[in-house]
Amino acid sequence: MREKAVYLLGLLGALVMIFNLNTVFNKLPDEAMQGAVYRIIFIHVPAAINADIFYTVALITAILFLATKNFIWDSITVSCIEVGTMLILLNLVTGSIWGRNQWGIWWAWDLRMTSQLMCFLLYLGYLLIRPAIAEPTQRASLSSIVAIFAYADIPLVLMAIRLPNVRTQHPGPVLETGQMAPMFKAPFGIGILALFLIGTALVLVRMHQETSQREIDSLRRELHAA
Amino acid sequence: MDITNLTFLFYGYSAGWIIITAFVLSLVSRGRRIDRELARLKSLVEDREKS
Repeated sequence: MREKAVYLLGLLGALVMIFNLNTVFNKLPDEAMQGAVYRIIFIHVPAAINADIFYTVALITAILFLATKNFIWDSITVSCIEVGTMLILLNLVTGSIWGRNQWGIWWAWDLRMTSQLMCFLLYLGYLLIRPAIAEPTQRASLSSIVAIFAYADIPLVLMAIRLPNVRTQHPGPVLETGQMAPMFKAPFGIGILALFLIGTALVLVRMHQETSQREIDSLRRELHAA
Repeated sequence: MDITNLTFLFYGYSAGWIIITAFVLSLVSRGRRIDRELARLKSLVEDREKS
């Protein structure tokens, strides 16, 4: 029953994604300055927004684990961070390809892009450190602390294009300043929803694996003790 | 659709699909490994309980 619900959620996300890609590629006109390449925004920005959503959930569950020592919170933390890190990688790579076309360079060390790269590296560090700690409670506690520490970079990423005295190569905010054409808003929102549904299905699959992994750890201890 | 910059649009979406597909495949592979290991350990525990 639970597995079916996860597959249905993933399937729903895929269908919403296909519907949105049809709109983006077949119904939206080319952008006046950029031509066709601006369509990368419909995967680049939703990936970043969803990564921030999953990282925020991971922050909350990391705090909850430290407060309660209930391993369900640790399962959610690691699952959200894995999916979030995949989305940040997607964001960085698609942004770099767009930048090569529009700016003539693959990368600029401005505040937005550097802080986003730092965010990716901090959470990658979390995922690399975690398997190195054998004892489950210690592993969950230390990785929760790392997850809370890593989240400190997120406000910097969000503020990087909004600070008054900072000039960045990265474009400024377009949603809240009303610079986005109305016809782009719906596909943009649907793109966020599609990646959220797919990401949530992946988080649920990963959580199930984490529960099985804990069962494996417990059986191993039982066998060693006997 | 204008063909201007179409190559980079193709690169961008291809990279996106490759990253998502690679992540899903890694999840599937890890899931199978975990299921095999769990079944192996459960049978070991059962054998030990019988003997």
